[in-house]
Order: sequence, then C-alpha cells, then structure tokens
Amino acid sequence: MVLPTNLKHVATAAEHAEVLKNHTNVMICCGRMGPMCLPVYDIMEELQDEYTHVEFRDMMFDSPEAAVIRNHPACRSFMGLPFTVYYKNGELVAATSSIQNRDQITTILDKEFGA
Amino acid sequence: MEHKTFDAIVIGGGAAGLTAGIYLARAKSKAVILDTGTIGGQLVLTHEVANYPGVESTSGYQLASTMKKQAKTFGCEIKSNLSITDINLGGELKEVIVNDKLIYQAKTLIIATGGRSRMLQVPGESQLKGRGISYCATCDGDFFQDKEIFVVGGGNSALEEAVSLTKYASKVTIIHQFDHFQAFEHAIEEAKSNPKIDFILESKITEFIGTDKLESIRYKNLRTGEVFHRPIDGVFIFIGYEANTDMFHDSELKLNQWNEVEADELMKTNIDGVFVAGDNRAKKYRQITTAVADGTIAALSALDYIHNH
Repeated sequence: MVLPTNLKHVATAAEHAEVLKNHTNVMICCGRMGPMCLPVYDIMEELQDEYTHVEFRDMMFDSPEAAVIRNHPACRSFMGLPFTVYYKNGELVAATSSIQNRDQITTILDKEFGA
Repeated sequence: MEHKTFDAIVIGGGAAGLTAGIYLARAKSKAVILDTGTIGGQLVLTHEVANYPGVESTSGYQLASTMKKQAKTFGCEIKSNLSITDINLGGELKEVIVNDKLIYQAKTLIIATGGRSRMLQVPGESQLKGRGISYCATCDGDFFQDKEIFVVGGGNSALEEAVSLTKYASKVTIIHQFDHFQAFEHAIEEAKSNPKIDFILESKITEFIGTDKLESIRYKNLRTGEVFHRPIDGVFIFIGYEANTDMFHDSELKLNQWNEVEADELMKTNIDGVFVAGDNRAKKYRQITTAVADGTIAALSALDYIHNH
C-alpha cells in the first residue's frame, strides 16, 4: 500500500530499514491524502532538487507496516497528521507532528543534514 | 539581481489566484502566480466540496489540482513555496522580490493571498500543535477515540466539526466566547441534540498546559472572571479566518480594521494597477465560488488596465 503522490514511497517495514541502511540522510513523511499532509508532500517534492543529499520518501499512515514510524518513541505523543521523521545514519534525529511549512522543514534539514 | 518581466503577477495560488491565472493566460497575457505556500490555498484544506456548481462532489485538493492544470495549460507560470522578501506596489512596474535574489516585474499585480485559520494566540498553543491541539477534525479526529475533547468556536465550522468529532470522542465540550452561536440554526440544533456534546459559553481558553502533549487547559468565564483548570485530551480550534496581508502592513495599500484589502466592485485597490481577489478582500461572504468570481473580475480588470496603459 502506497500513497498516490509523486514522491518515492516506503511500502513496508523491511523497505524502511533498507532505505535507512542505504542513505545517510532520510526524511519520511508518514500520512494520508488529507489537508494537513498534502502541503508537506508538495514541499518535499520541491526540495528534492535542492537537497540532493537527502532521500525524501513518504509512507501510508494506515498501513500496518507504518507501525515502524507510528510506534517510534519519538512519535508517541503525536496526535496530528502527518508524522514526519528525519534519520541520520539510521538514527531518528528529529520528528514533527501535523502540518509544517517550508521554513520549518528546511530548518530541520539544514540543522540535521547540513545545507 | 535577476529580473523577470510579465504582464501580470498574481500573488497567491488559491481559488481566486488560480482563476485569475486562467483568465489572464487564456487572454494571451504573460502571467505568473507566486505563492508562499502550497498551490490551492485553503481549498486543499477542504475535505469535501459539495456546493461548487457543476461539480456534484469532489475534494478541495482535486478541485485545486484541476484549476492548477487549467492555468498551466493556458500558459500561466506557477511558482509555489517561495519566500517573498519585498514588494513594491508604487510605480509603473510593480515588483515582487523573491528570496532576495529574483525580481518579478509587471504592469499589474493581483493580490490573492487569501486567509489562514485564526489561532487563539494563548500560551502553549504553538508548542502543543499536533500534540493534542488540532485545526482539522477530518485529519486528526481518530487520534481522540474515546477521549474527552474541547472544540473552540461558535460558527458553522465549530459546531459541524464538533458533531463529526462525536464519532470518535467520548465527550465533546464546545467553548465559545459569546452567549450565543453565529452558526446556522440547523447546525446549532444538531449540536444541541447530540447527547455527547456539552457547552460552555461566555468563556475562553487562556492557557494550554502540557510537556510532551496536551494535558490540561485553563479557561476563563468572561462574565464572572472566574478561572477554571481542567484536564483534557484534545482541543480542536475553529475560530474563523484572518486575511493573509502581513506583507502589506507597511505599504500604501489600503486595509480595513481587520487587515483586509479594500477594493471597489472591479477589484481595484487604492493603488493604480493593483487589484485584489479572494478571502483577503474586505467582504462578507467567503466561499470558493466568491473567490472564483473575485479572481475573474480582478483578471478582467487587470487585462483592461494592461490594454489602456
């Protein structure tokens, strides 16, 4: 199960592990096709050309496989979609809940992964 | 700085801006839409659109996507998620400076910056957004299964969303600052007849409390001044919209007391060559249809201005 976006997807927990293993800097937006999630996908799509050192992916929130993000301790208090997570060398370094704008996203990308 | 020259610049890519873009580009005018956020504006925040004439039912995202495609097909350039660092409205050529490095110039400019959800602006709100505080019932409702929540507001959105949230929450309390609701009568009746909904009137939330997530709120009775503290799992805020006109506060553009742009029936502002369209305009009704109408009129007025100058 994947989202109908133009981003590359993560469909399974195994694929999630594979992406983290193969990429140093990873941003995954875990959501639905709702009004708080769509703007984040849109921004990620635009940032792909600028942040070539970051792997941008999305994951369907309602897939059982997305438990790997939903149940992560950093997301345990989240109560707003989407859950957006950032990994460096396989470790989760930042996570946000609910809609974020371009500035909020690039601030995290620059801080965690370098400009 | 690099310059790009157009016949018309539209700031804002919601329903009004996209409509203006469609009309301008179809009239063979060189037009660009510049948006600081996602194309579609508040339209993409609408889960279901059921009252747009000619379309029985669609999502706001789908409608916005179709409008965007139409505008692009006619030749309108569309740029989103920009940082607009300066705007010069005076002079023959209007200027919009993007990222401090690119100047967009045009004879006419249409301001279609729309509106945004109003926040309560009380302590704790920003920190606990997405951690118990939400502005979207359809997005986040299911996080509150069997939990107690508050809904803030007294308009149609607040009352209708409160009813929809009873699908998940064990109890919904609507808190409103006045002693009566602004919503339509049918929405009020539906909320009042729902056994899961309680009401607290003439009161407002003064503080959100929690570390990792929302744990409680403080609210004040505005008539008596009494302050209450109450543990709560979630708060949904629906207190209307405000105009996105911050970037014009220091300009010569005439705004009213609510920071909405004043204009005549042809969407002309007080500045020659500058027009307005959509929810940022001073008007009573804000619907997709009224935004589309504004965008049409603003584009036709801008085209008229281009031809005569």
